[in-house]
Amino acid sequence: MNAAYEFVTGPLAWAAWGIFLLGSGWRLYSMRQLAMKKDASSWAFMDLGFSLRSIVNWLIPFNALGWRKNPVMTVTTFAFHICLIAVPVFLVAHVVLWTEFFGVSYATLPDNVADIMTLVVLAACLVFAGRRLGQKEVAYITTGKDWLALVIVTLPFLTGFLAYHQVFDYQVMIIAHIVAGEIMLAAIPFTRLSHMVFAAFTRAYMGSEFGGVRHARDW
Amino acid sequence: MGIQERLIEDVGLRRGVSQLTPEKIEKVVNAVLKGETGARLKTYAETCMRCGMCAEACHFAGSHPGDPSYTPAGKVHQTMSVLLDKKGRVDPDFVYGMAQLAYTECNLCRRCVHLCPIGIDTAYIMSTVRRICHKLGVTPQYMQDTAHSHASTFNQMWVKDDEWTDSLMWQEDEAREEFPGLRIPLDKEGADIYYSVIAPEPKFRTQLIYQAAAIMHMAGVDWTMPAQTGWDNSDMCMFSGDFEMMGRLKRQHFESAQKLKVKRIVMGECGHAFRSVYDVGNRWLGWRWHPVPVIHAVEFYWELIQEGKIKLAKKFPGPVTIQDPCNIVRGRGLQEKLREVTRFLVDGDIIEMHPNREHNYCCAAGGGVINCGPPFKNVRVDGNLVKAEQLKATGVKTVITPCHNCHGGLHDIIHHHKLGMELKFLSDIIYECMEKPEV
Ligand code: SF4
Ligand code: SF4
Repeated sequence: MNAAYEFVTGPLAWAAWGIFLLGSGWRLYSMRQLAMKKDASSWAFMDLGFSLRSIVNWLIPFNALGWRKNPVMTVTTFAFHICLIAVPVFLVAHVVLWTEFFGVSYATLPDNVADIMTLVVLAACLVFAGRRLGQKEVAYITTGKDWLALVIVTLPFLTGFLAYHQVFDYQVMIIAHIVAGEIMLAAIPFTRLSHMVFAAFTRAYMGSEFGGVRHARDW
Repeated sequence: MGIQERLIEDVGLRRGVSQLTPEKIEKVVNAVLKGETGARLKTYAETCMRCGMCAEACHFAGSHPGDPSYTPAGKVHQTMSVLLDKKGRVDPDFVYGMAQLAYTECNLCRRCVHLCPIGIDTAYIMSTVRRICHKLGVTPQYMQDTAHSHASTFNQMWVKDDEWTDSLMWQEDEAREEFPGLRIPLDKEGADIYYSVIAPEPKFRTQLIYQAAAIMHMAGVDWTMPAQTGWDNSDMCMFSGDFEMMGRLKRQHFESAQKLKVKRIVMGECGHAFRSVYDVGNRWLGWRWHPVPVIHAVEFYWELIQEGKIKLAKKFPGPVTIQDPCNIVRGRGLQEKLREVTRFLVDGDIIEMHPNREHNYCCAAGGGVINCGPPFKNVRVDGNLVKAEQLKATGVKTVITPCHNCHGGLHDIIHHHKLGMELKFLSDIIYECMEKPEV
């Protein structure tokens, strides 16, 4: 067990972070090159001010028309993304690892808060799954890739929750949790999760077009 | 559910498809995808989270409740997603459905942009599908006829050179009875304004040219219209996917204005033509902005009003409602100017449709859909129950509609649902209400 733990927190962790960071960097870089080469007539209109205007307006819940027309999605998406990022970054058990390996330390979330936030993520995953199964317009367009992304995101939170509450064998569960987390990191650049890398830019582009050329809102 | 279950016979689509082989399809699809698309299409295809939030955006989806194949993402799912997944290995029957969907069930109105958190431009994806269909030779017959007309005559309606100048002189002649001294100055070098219209105006709506001339005359504008090709600012090639021809049309339009050394181009009350000249054609030609500044009639009238050049003898009796044309509202942000002009002209309230301004629903005629002709008329009328309800809820009799496509689309919707409303261009109202000389 110890050897396995050493392995997943050692080489495997390095690999996962490496794939995530280098992969994301490479995807962003190659997409930028492609955009400059093939989408020059779009690229030419990119504008920082209008990009930020659009991004900010879409970051406010219930501000954009899309959010207002989809209240359940708005609540779910915002809660999901906030918890999805905050829990792994500010969890005491994670910060301890950073301290142990690199000597860095920063603010943490109280464990019971993180626990609730984990449940929020899991509940949101259930809502997403429910929509994919039960809501016609979502079911119609759902593909294997979308299920894959959902499963990849659910697993680290599910295993983390079970490990924390010591359901099943803690040792096994914690290793499963670490592996699930590493799979998620490594999958970001190459699955639907790549919207983490690209969405800001697709939004920025729309904002630039609507702001700079069409003089209209895009939210 | 899906396009294959609602195919409509069209000679152009049928003939085009009959000449296809799977090999040819694969080659053409990949040539367009590799040669003409890049990061935009790639990121859209990859980051669309298949969340369905855009479903609410589309009037087609709203008018077919419970049928997800009409939603924006649903349309992409049946067309571009398949092409990408199968790397172009699809059969001719698939192409028929894909073409029908892209040409007749999406108005490229971009309302869905306002509903998608990622900022996916479904209209761009559908235009790219159309581009592929054009390259495959699978286009609706009526639309292709207008594209052929563009290619042979540089106008959309097979108007011959002499017919064009003849129509202008005829209108000038008629108008001089009401406005002595009125001219439609042809090819006047150095004029302030170059006025361009779409070819349906000389073909069947010549009174619009009459009215424009009357407004220019009374406002004392230094203007001209070109005697040669370039006068038609419309563009069905942009919608059929014939971008090469689109480029030639726009070049002709701008060059004819440049030759006359005019200061600005004013375009008549049309939405799609404005999109083509202001936003799309110039980019195809590699011009970031326009070699000659371009403004839409709504903005031009707004300017004339600001300068006190339009004097009214009376006001138009309201209340009225306003149809916001996608291409000048989501496409140019003219919604407030449109309302200011309307308030100047109308005595009575503006009863808004809901939603309105940037969020307004399309007329379902735009994007070339009305130009696909009679076989597809019901697609757009039944596909826009949403608009019928919007119109009905206002309870007014007059709809201000500063766009030719919106006119066509709303006319059919109003007629079909017996709404008893009349449509007005701004120029109709200005002409009707302005001060006229005592003859
Ligand atoms: S018709 Fe308009 S709202 Fe519907 S898919 Fe096309 S661009 Fe989007
Ligand atoms: S286009 Fe946008 S709103 Fe529609 S399913 Fe894709 S991500 Fe969701």
